Amino acid sequence: MSQDAHAMHMPTTTGLDSRKMAIWTFIGSECLFFASLISTYMVYRGKSLTGPYPHESWTNPANGEVVKGILNIPLTSFSTFVLLMSSFAVVLALYGAQRGKRGMLIGWLSATMVGGAIFLGGQVYEFNHFVHEGLTLHQNLFGSTFFTLTGFHGGHVTVGLIWLGTVLVTAIRGKLPPEKALNLEIAALYWHFVDVIWIIIFTLIYLIK
Amino acid sequence: MSHPAEAHAHPEEHAHPSAGTYAKIAVTLVILTALEVAVYYVESIRTYLVPILIVLMIIKFALVAMYYMHLKQDSKLFSGLFVFPIFIAVVVIVALILLFSIKHPQMPQ
Repeated sequence: MSQDAHAMHMPTTTGLDSRKMAIWTFIGSECLFFASLISTYMVYRGKSLTGPYPHESWTNPANGEVVKGILNIPLTSFSTFVLLMSSFAVVLALYGAQRGKRGMLIGWLSATMVGGAIFLGGQVYEFNHFVHEGLTLHQNLFGSTFFTLTGFHGGHVTVGLIWLGTVLVTAIRGKLPPEKALNLEIAALYWHFVDVIWIIIFTLIYLIK
Repeated sequence: MSHPAEAHAHPEEHAHPSAGTYAKIAVTLVILTALEVAVYYVESIRTYLVPILIVLMIIKFALVAMYYMHLKQDSKLFSGLFVFPIFIAVVVIVALILLFSIKHPQMPQ
């Protein structure tokens, strides 16, 4: 962070920017929020009395249709890859913002938003597919805990996209000089947090059978 | 040579990594994700699936936190604000899993 950026805020007892302190404190509280959702999923894991199930086959008694494990690993692996790359894109946007490279800032920030939008699109497709397969919020414990956890994560991705969108508009209007790069850094920290939470969700829900 | 903005960095916060370092981390994350998915489909190592996936998950998490979230370079106070809640979160998750996995005998009516 530049000295100019520090000069923009009042001196603090820690010597650190209060806005950065605030976002880290918020992220810390978000860790506990997602811990409650993840622990609920893990506690009720494998305790659904009826299907569809995440990895095992299930015969729908209503129509006799056999539904294989409902999770689509290839699709979610692709979504995970896209979200990881969006994290990479936003650090490059920050790199450009801190050095006054406007093209780099706008290009990579746009790429970040495209990545986030693709991830959200994948989640909407997945939710839609699950509902057609008979998995709803109230169908079984898996449906309740899965939709709650991944739904809240998707909500966070949506908030991140809106936040990054406002920063992108600011950058396009030429109002994000290097001394204001912290505005992007704070939004980027939130975006990375959404990414690391997905790293956990992808492993615990999708990959561990 | 570091960028002028980095040269004047606050004593508590050091220069962020280079674009090359970010790219190396991105490649590592992709490789680790591919490894995770590959492991998922290998039946012969089903016994070790959970520990392998947990280790890969922790490595990916740490790489993003240290390099992309700049915890490796920034003030240790930020690390504390992130790591302490994670510690509590892990304790809560493990405790609840253990608590609910215990088979309680039927309570007398």
